[in-house]
Amino acid sequence: MSRRILLVIALATVFALAVACAPATPTTVPFTPPTDALGVVKLGPSDPVHIAYMLVTAGADATLGIDSRRGVELAIEAKGGKLLDRTIKFDGQDSGCGAEGGQAAAAKLASDATILAVIGSSCSSEIRAGGPALSKAGFTVISPSNTAPDLTDPAKRFAGYFRTAHNDKVQGAVAAKFALTQLKLKTAATIHDGSPYAQGLATVFADEFKKGGGTVVAQEAVGPDDKDFKPVLTKIAAGKPEIIFYPIFVAAGGLITSQAKTVAGLEKVALMSADGTFSGDFYKAAGNAAVGMYQSSPDFSAFASGYATFLTAHQKKYNEKPLSAFHAHAYDGASLIFAALEKVAVKGPDGSVYIGRQALRDAVQKTSGFQGVTGTLTCDANGDCADPKIAVYQVSQDNVTKLVTPDKPFWKP
Amino acid sequence: MLRQRLKRLELTDIFIYLLGTLILGVAIIGSIATLAAGKYAIRAWFDLVVFGITLGSIYALIALGYTLVYGILRMINFAHSEVFMSGPYVAYFFADAMGKAGFVDQNPVLALILIFLIAMTSSTLIAILVERVAYRPLRHAPRLVPLITAIGASFFLQYTFFRLFGSNLKVYPEFKFLSASIAFGEFKLTYLQIFVVVVAIILMLALHQFTQRTRVGKAMRAVAADKETAALMGINVDNIIVTTFALGGALAGAAGVLYVLVFNQISAFMGFVPGIKAFTAAVLGGIGNIPGAMLGGLFLGVIESLGPTLFLDGLGIVAPYQLKDAIAFTMLVLVLIFRPAGILGEALTEKKA
Repeated sequence: MSRRILLVIALATVFALAVACAPATPTTVPFTPPTDALGVVKLGPSDPVHIAYMLVTAGADATLGIDSRRGVELAIEAKGGKLLDRTIKFDGQDSGCGAEGGQAAAAKLASDATILAVIGSSCSSEIRAGGPALSKAGFTVISPSNTAPDLTDPAKRFAGYFRTAHNDKVQGAVAAKFALTQLKLKTAATIHDGSPYAQGLATVFADEFKKGGGTVVAQEAVGPDDKDFKPVLTKIAAGKPEIIFYPIFVAAGGLITSQAKTVAGLEKVALMSADGTFSGDFYKAAGNAAVGMYQSSPDFSAFASGYATFLTAHQKKYNEKPLSAFHAHAYDGASLIFAALEKVAVKGPDGSVYIGRQALRDAVQKTSGFQGVTGTLTCDANGDCADPKIAVYQVSQDNVTKLVTPDKPFWKP
Repeated sequence: MLRQRLKRLELTDIFIYLLGTLILGVAIIGSIATLAAGKYAIRAWFDLVVFGITLGSIYALIALGYTLVYGILRMINFAHSEVFMSGPYVAYFFADAMGKAGFVDQNPVLALILIFLIAMTSSTLIAILVERVAYRPLRHAPRLVPLITAIGASFFLQYTFFRLFGSNLKVYPEFKFLSASIAFGEFKLTYLQIFVVVVAIILMLALHQFTQRTRVGKAMRAVAADKETAALMGINVDNIIVTTFALGGALAGAAGVLYVLVFNQISAFMGFVPGIKAFTAAVLGGIGNIPGAMLGGLFLGVIESLGPTLFLDGLGIVAPYQLKDAIAFTMLVLVLIFRPAGILGEALTEKKA
């Protein structure tokens, strides 16, 4: 009897040991893809990472959009054309630097659910019209050249909108300070073309000019497609301004420049425009009348050390100098998106990748101390990510003859 | 007679006359206030009037094209704005080449003549092409159909030029001899302004002589008066219609060159707004009436230039030049309220019904 019990106990022990030491069957924890308030984009093993652009690539202001697009292309090239082990697909829509074009482009982009982020728009008027559609589609939008102050006004901002370009509150103040302290002028006139960018910038300039003790004798407005500015210039001349600030775009700006000098009373007036005209096409439109005029624009000499490398790569790829003012901002915008994508992408078991749209927006929002080409970028709660440094340039005969923008600033605040 | 007219007056008529009087009142009060404030020197007003006459002459030349076609075919040729644009657009390529080769600086007069010839020829060809392809097949269709076709032809031409020749900025070379100015006392006129007005007057006089003194001109007037009878009289109506389009096209081409001499930039969409303004001018002067088109053009040009400052500045309205188109079209409404057929227009309902 005791031998039988001993046998049972031994068998039980062996059995218990066998069970305990048996190799564990691999229990696969089932993979749950992430959830996201705005939806999750699943990229299969062979799906590209789709980034789109909404820039003005045709028409009189084409240099602005093409310049920004090239900035993004160089950022893609710097990444070797790949992100998250996939090719980066980069295409987009021309937005025409106006509300209708912006609306149409945004609608087309919003209907494509494979797009993760949009680099755009070029002109503030475009995003005013098309922003809601892009925001509703869940895209993260980073603009390289929107500068209108109200786009990052907390009450008016679209969810998911950021920009690496400066806020015009800075540019208007710099322009006014230049006129007051450097040129030592007391009377000014402004002309805007009704677009959010021009109106915002002209208003900031006028307010800052008045605050600094100057007098604004006229704040005029024209239409962006107007051709005849001599009547409005004649009207402005009656107030005898010493400087006319017209922060508008290439076509109208060129005409105002060429017509201003022929209007009685304005022969000696100083002319100043802003970053919307900072391109060779503007000198083509204005002709020799542009020589000696001033332009406010981002301060390229204050950009980070990476800018020199950028310029070399740009020269190599496109065989010319940058066409406008916002190529580096576009490069930084794209870099921000790539960094954020790498942070939020969740890898699935079958080689696919899951990206949450709200997570992407949050990742861009949290950008802090990012070393970009334009400087150190930190995104604030309203979407302004830029490290704004504005300078004033003077146009020389060389610029007009060769149709290239000035290299060195004339004055820095 | 007055009592009869008062009896026939309806509520809508009274309302419209009141509206017209109100507009006129605002304009007069504004003008008095501006002139009383004395902010603008005589020199400024002179300049504004000169700008208005310069631009108005260009509108007048384009308006002639609209009015000629309307007189003959009773339809508005909306594609005329693209005929206006196509002349200088085609000539741009030659002008650009000449400018880059330095020919424009060496021999500006010859370069200018060449540009005029090329532009007027292209405009004429486009006008004839549009007539042949878009209008002739629809000669007997109901009135609305050629209208829609005209709008379609207009868009077609705009976008063809836009895509075919590239949408980048195109600027005409500068003709330095036109930038010089002559002064008499305080007032200055540039040679360009004088040139535009003189060329416009010459062309308008030439057209007038053509329609009044030549056989073809007489045939045009006959076809405009009554097409069927003219055909019975042995006039080849088709040929006359083509001639009319060609004439309108040539004038528009010349107007186009004058326009780019003043404004330097061309784009595929530059014809749209001057076309609308010129059409308005033609209606304002009396559609179908040649001197009316000239008068309407000048009137519109001067109102556009002078209006915002004269009418609105005195009323304290800020940035009045944003409203210049509104003012121009309000003046059109004003003229049509008191002269429904246009300034020199005939009462079409009675004569041509």
